[in-house]
Amino acid sequence: MSAAIEVEGATVRYGDVLALDEVSLTVAPGRVCGLLGTNGSGKSTLFKTLLGLVPADGTVRILGRTGAAARKEGLIGYVPQSEQVDWAFPVRVRDVVMMGRYGRMGPRRRPRAADREAVGRALERTRLTDLADRQIGALSGGQRKRAFIARAIAQESAVLLLDEPFAGVDKRSEATVTELLLQLRGEGHTLLVSTHDLAQVPHLCDEALLLQRRVLARGTPEQVLRPQVLMEAFGVHPEEEATWTS
Amino acid sequence: MDVLTGLAQWFAQPLQFEFVQRALLVSVVAGAVCAVLSCWMTLVGWSLMGDAVSHAVLPGVVLSYMFGLPFALGALVFGAGSVALIGAVNRTSRVKEDAVIGVVFTAMFALGLVMISRVPSQTDLGHILFGNVLGVSDSDIWQVLILAGVVLAAVWYKHRDLTLYAFDPVHAHSLGISPRLLETLLLGLLSVTVVVALQAVGIILVVAMVVVPGATAYLLTDRFERMLLISVAVAVAAAVTGVLASFHLDVSTGGSIVLAQAAAFALAYLFSPSHGLLRRRAPAPA
Ligand SMILES: Nc1ncnc2c1ncn2[C@@H]1O[C@H](COP(=O)(O)OP(=O)(O)OP(=O)(O)O)[C@@H](O)[C@H]1O
Ligand SMILES: [Mg+2]
Repeated sequence: MSAAIEVEGATVRYGDVLALDEVSLTVAPGRVCGLLGTNGSGKSTLFKTLLGLVPADGTVRILGRTGAAARKEGLIGYVPQSEQVDWAFPVRVRDVVMMGRYGRMGPRRRPRAADREAVGRALERTRLTDLADRQIGALSGGQRKRAFIARAIAQESAVLLLDEPFAGVDKRSEATVTELLLQLRGEGHTLLVSTHDLAQVPHLCDEALLLQRRVLARGTPEQVLRPQVLMEAFGVHPEEEATWTS
Repeated sequence: MDVLTGLAQWFAQPLQFEFVQRALLVSVVAGAVCAVLSCWMTLVGWSLMGDAVSHAVLPGVVLSYMFGLPFALGALVFGAGSVALIGAVNRTSRVKEDAVIGVVFTAMFALGLVMISRVPSQTDLGHILFGNVLGVSDSDIWQVLILAGVVLAAVWYKHRDLTLYAFDPVHAHSLGISPRLLETLLLGLLSVTVVVALQAVGIILVVAMVVVPGATAYLLTDRFERMLLISVAVAVAAAVTGVLASFHLDVSTGGSIVLAQAAAFALAYLFSPSHGLLRRRAPAPA
């Protein structure tokens, strides 16, 4: 059985900046992998590599397919770290979530009953049902984040890539989102989740990868979260790190 | 004679004339098609592109007249060609896009001016630049109707994808829907739309037709479907008002249409209940 996410020897340069250096990663189907690392360590770049958004050396396979084939089949749901969208755009939360379904629709993207149901469920699971008819910019930062998570859920993709889904989210929403991600894993989805919240990792993740341009450590959360390893990556004790980012 | 009869007269009387009917047909159709496109133009931020394409068609129009071809043919070739040229120069140089647009469209327009000064004078520069909707030929009308049909059909088929592209091209990419392809489609539609509008208002004012109705509607709603409807309604009302006003007052038709659109924009800008300058604000805390 092929891995859900497989990256081999990914190297990415932005001009003179080497952002990823021979990074390899394998995540088996139905598992949650936590992606850890300091600011600028290349986490977002790894997501972009998986999506073919940056030119990269090395290979990417998603469920045994090339990245392009996997995208066409709608296998990859992506929640970016920060949405590069126009928040004043005249769409409602509901419309945005519906965009997650476009890959499953015909060329005119006309929603059917099944699409509306999926959108309704995704809104419910992210606790956004009451806000569904608001213009997308009329949400708070944390609610916006949840709206884009809802879009990825509505997509019902086998693989979910979530770049810092907990950034700017309060403790209660964080618990909601964590619960949700664990449910999704239970339903057979494979998740790659980047986060700065190390305390969350053992609870949420089956495995973890510590990135610092190259792979510093990979394995179970316990293996990766060992103090010596973290010292090397963060240069400080994890508790101190946690206080900076919260 | 009461006001209502007077108003009815104002509308009805010019309609006896066939040239007014034809002008109305072309202006309303062109206005509506431009209005539809203008919604995406405003949201993607492509007003300058609309200006560029409209000016860049001039050499094509001159060539069409020279060789007795349908005006739309030359205009389309040069419109789409200049869009492609802008894209190519943009990708292969470090010059910023707005500068590239500025260079390409002025160069094309200048080429058209030079060409027109060398060709026999049956092509009236004034008509090309400022429109001549009161004197459109049957062939002009057919070209407008066919191209308008093409644009509306394409938009009907792909409008949700175009909105997806305008809102979040990265998401489109992650679904395997090519943003590049959608961008090309939108630029292609813009080129055709500009050609449709040329007959109504002329090269100089086309940009208004592909920007103002969408911008007006954007001030009035937060829903894209409503924005489309409002935009078309504004453009149709402006086309009718503009053509009739130009008949009664004996002034430029293209100018009147665009002025009517600008008036609608000004009203929305000031009085829009949701986004207007003079909307009722929440009372300031004491
Ligand atoms: N578009 C870009 N152009 C040039 N350099 C870039 C670009 N994007 C990222 N970089 C650089 O690449 C490196 C990796 O950036 P990346 O965004 O992947 O980090 P990250 O781990 O996601 O950080 P954060 O925790 O702050 O989100 C950084 O050194 C960054 O400065
Ligand atoms: Mg990042």
